[in-house]
Amino acid sequence: MQAFLRDSAEFLPILLQGVGLTVAVTLGALVLSTMLGLVWVLLRVSGVPALAAASRWAINVIRGIPIIVQLFYIYFVLPDFGLALSALAAAIIGLGIAYSAYQAENFRAAIEAIEHGQIEAAQSIGMGWALTMRRVVLPQALRVALPPYGNVMIMLLKDSSQASTITVAELALQGKLIASSTFKNTTVYTLVALLYLCMSLPLILLVGRLERRLGRRRAA
Amino acid sequence: MIEIAGLHKKFGEHVVLRGITATIARGEVVCVIGPSGSGKSTLLRCINGLEHWHAGSVRIDGVPVLPHDRSIRTVRAAVGMVFQRFNLFPHRSALENVVEGPIFVKREPRAAAEARGRALLARVGLAGREAARPEQLSGGQQQRVAIARALAMQPKVILFDEPTSALDPELVGDVLGVMRALADDGMTMLVVTHEIAFAREVADRVLFLDGGVIVEEGAARQMLGAPREPRTREFLHRVLHPI
Ligand SMILES: Nc1ncnc2c1ncn2[C@@H]1O[C@H](COP(=O)(O)OP(=O)(O)OP(=O)(O)O)[C@@H](O)[C@H]1O
Ligand SMILES: [Mg+2]
Repeated sequence: MQAFLRDSAEFLPILLQGVGLTVAVTLGALVLSTMLGLVWVLLRVSGVPALAAASRWAINVIRGIPIIVQLFYIYFVLPDFGLALSALAAAIIGLGIAYSAYQAENFRAAIEAIEHGQIEAAQSIGMGWALTMRRVVLPQALRVALPPYGNVMIMLLKDSSQASTITVAELALQGKLIASSTFKNTTVYTLVALLYLCMSLPLILLVGRLERRLGRRRAA
Repeated sequence: MIEIAGLHKKFGEHVVLRGITATIARGEVVCVIGPSGSGKSTLLRCINGLEHWHAGSVRIDGVPVLPHDRSIRTVRAAVGMVFQRFNLFPHRSALENVVEGPIFVKREPRAAAEARGRALLARVGLAGREAARPEQLSGGQQQRVAIARALAMQPKVILFDEPTSALDPELVGDVLGVMRALADDGMTMLVVTHEIAFAREVADRVLFLDGGVIVEEGAARQMLGAPREPRTREFLHRVLHPI
């Protein structure tokens, strides 16, 4: 135990640097995937068949390619076309694009959960498409989408470790580097797991609360 | 004010309106009665372009209603609609529901819109409930908020689609009372309803719709008291003597 604590004190500062990158990748990809996901879903519900089809195809293609391959593509292939990105930027963009498909599906389910009578009520007072979305549909859909959004955040936090495959020294990769140079696998990976839990457990508890609140509202 | 001419509407192969022609004058209160599935809601929804149709025309003050044209927004802003299931915005308070249209569609200043909104809520008997959420209000109160929301747009006409059908019986009277007061104030109203007593007391005219056509129309008291058509007679008998 004492050895564990001594080693922990030594490894933690390095691992915390990894935590910083994990948080950066997660938050960056979260923002990007949210914005892109909103674009996909707004195209999808635009009522313009060509835009809806384009959105459906974009989502299918994104969902059909493993995240790791998307990361490789952005980091290793795009430079051949003159677009060289830092590893961190490539990770954020890759995960952001990959997750935009999940975000879009989540947003779409939330929008479709809104009663059609709401849209008719909005139209009946003269609202156009954009105003109906902004004032009536999206605010209500947001509440429905919040718990699954939290779940996407948790998945994204864990999937941010895939950035290690394109040399981003986030938490998992830092752990691997320390472990392979010190051979203290147990200590290092226990710390890595605990650090992930420190970040994910609060999110998991928050999602549970949001789900219960939404359930109560539905029942009312 | 509203001129409907030769309106035909089908859902797929199912013909719902088979040539409706009717006129509603300014200040008139017209009730539409008829059996379930006869096309009453569909007719109402064509008037503000919530449905499109296959032949015929609707004009409001001479302006054609074109469901797929941008101009439909202007039409809808001037035509109020009250739904059977209220359709209040659940994420907004009573007052916010009422001022939503004036502020965001008509771009009125918030302070003026809210002052008018409060007055409208008072007019439908809901002074003091401005901050209540729809879920905190009874069905009858929600429907009165919905009427205030329609009135807030200062419409030329209000369309009511069975406004009391989803209400507990003891709450029906409050809503009908508000509608009667509106009629007395000269509001033009087109009301789909099964409340025959209301139609007799408040309406100027009644249209009886069956199978997508207007089978009979006439002055309310005369037509409800002594219908000419057998189908009207049979329908009224069924509504007035359900057992
Ligand atoms: N969106 C729709 N798609 C397909 N059929 C529809 C649709 N809306 C209405 N209908 C059909 O059109 C016919 C007329 O419907 P409508 O709602 O206008 O009747 P209604 O007279 O209002 O009846 P109720 O008294 O039950 O409200 C019905 O047979 C109905 O099933
Ligand atoms: Mg109906």
